[in-house]
Amino acid sequence: MSILPETAQAPASVEPIRVSATPAGAPAANLPIEAEEIAFDIRNFSMWYGQRQALQDVTIKIAARKVTAIIGPSGCGKSTFIRALNRMHDLTPGTRLEGSLKHFGDDLYGPGVEAAVVRRRVGMVFQKSNPFPTMSIADNVLVGLRLNGLHDRAVLQARLEESLRMAALWDEVKDLLNRPGTSLSGGQQQRLCIARSLAVQPETLLMDEPCSALDPIATAKIEELIQTLREKYTLVIVTHNMQQAARCSDRTAFFYMGRLIEYGETRNIFTSPSNPQTEAYVSGRFG
Amino acid sequence: MEASPYLPSPEYARWRKWKSAAVTGVLVMCALAVIAPLFIIIYFLLARGYSSLDWSFFTQLPKPTGEVGGGMANAIVGTMTLLAMAAVVGVPFGVFGGIYLAEYGSDRANDWLRFAADVLNGVPSIVWGMVVYLILVVPFKTFSAYAGGVALGLIMVPLVMRTTEEVLVLVPQSYREAALALGIARWKVILVIVVRTALKGIATGVIVALARIAGETAPLLFTALGNSFWNHNLKEPISALPLQIFAYAISPYDDWHRQAWAGALVLMALILALNITVRVLSRDRQSTR
Repeated sequence: MSILPETAQAPASVEPIRVSATPAGAPAANLPIEAEEIAFDIRNFSMWYGQRQALQDVTIKIAARKVTAIIGPSGCGKSTFIRALNRMHDLTPGTRLEGSLKHFGDDLYGPGVEAAVVRRRVGMVFQKSNPFPTMSIADNVLVGLRLNGLHDRAVLQARLEESLRMAALWDEVKDLLNRPGTSLSGGQQQRLCIARSLAVQPETLLMDEPCSALDPIATAKIEELIQTLREKYTLVIVTHNMQQAARCSDRTAFFYMGRLIEYGETRNIFTSPSNPQTEAYVSGRFG
Repeated sequence: MEASPYLPSPEYARWRKWKSAAVTGVLVMCALAVIAPLFIIIYFLLARGYSSLDWSFFTQLPKPTGEVGGGMANAIVGTMTLLAMAAVVGVPFGVFGGIYLAEYGSDRANDWLRFAADVLNGVPSIVWGMVVYLILVVPFKTFSAYAGGVALGLIMVPLVMRTTEEVLVLVPQSYREAALALGIARWKVILVIVVRTALKGIATGVIVALARIAGETAPLLFTALGNSFWNHNLKEPISALPLQIFAYAISPYDDWHRQAWAGALVLMALILALNITVRVLSRDRQSTR
């Protein structure tokens, strides 16, 4: 089931990619027609774990420097989808994929493309905060840069402060930089993980249920942070929490049973969804 | 007052209590039997060996047959030398083999590797000695410290490999994912994040393996051979505590028997010290987790 049927015969990658008018009645009619920069151009993307198909023929364009929320019930493929965006599946034996997945015009799964390079451009924050237990706060933030060969102390120092400021953590930890990363509270640890991801200066940041292990106050801080990050980064957020999707995203994609059911402006998805399954889910009738 | 129908008769209750006490007693005795040998060993070593421990035991060479006195300085240094050489062989192969098992190997390859390691763990140490004798002693026409170190090192490899694998598998997958998501190359993720996180566990495994081989005698009989003097060249035979204890214990001289006990006490203390180090390391690890 294709949401943007015209993409099948669209010319390959002309920047900026044009979102042209869609046939009447297609859900993508919700999308604005003006030209906008596309971060991910994904076409007919399917994925299997062994024999089980986890994603079926997903076609979607994710806009640059916007927040896109991925919602859907457990097992709908939303985590599988977001993890495909920076090749986190590479290490899972038995995965297979089809279709094309481009990030700012570059094929992420093309021949000779290195997963490590992809992940430097497309960072990821996980459900459970996972600062490295053997490292201080500062080392946690800088480990990505150091292991990628940056050793200039002045640059590292500047990047440390910049990253922690962007993650709204600097004021809380500026005097504790040598304490272990695991000594922080849960919400601070998650912001530390965000700072760690930002330090390597990705273009896109993926967040896989970043607040599901946090209390409401810590969640509010992360959501506030998402609002400031959208100015510089493309953000894709998987969330179980529909209020969160409604509060902090520009676009929302609803996945169900491995398929992309509906994708559009967040306010339209939540107020006037065109697909009955979407409507049932966002109104809390299942999931 | 009439007895409640839910209570057992007094005779039955007494029999049941007696039975419970008897079985508990048997279990306590079994538990004591498990730890008793340790105390028996320590008792005899202290009783027979402590009085023979003096400064000269740690500083002097063995005296020629018939002369009283002398010590095992060369055997103590020899054991340390052999342990160091064994670590040079056993640690890299064991640790990198364990990394392969935990991080890279396919399920099929790992099954075979683990099976091979478990079989190797069960190979009698005298067999290791014979094999190394054929490979490193016969061709060079001399017993040597190298051969002894290699024999002990080979015994370490499967032990270190399995413990390394076990502690690496315990490192949460989320750390690997977090590091990979920063665009760090996989081998760096494994060395700097995963191995670093499990380092104490790996060190523990290495020390356990060292404690295990420190007292090995059989593989040294055909390889290091033993030496009554200082070893100045690793291509020549070297003394070791277990070898010296063996040589003295089967001798007909009272003074040598006395020294064999003292040597056994020193060897036991060394192994105890290694095990205490392991305890300290693993306690630390639990508290930081």
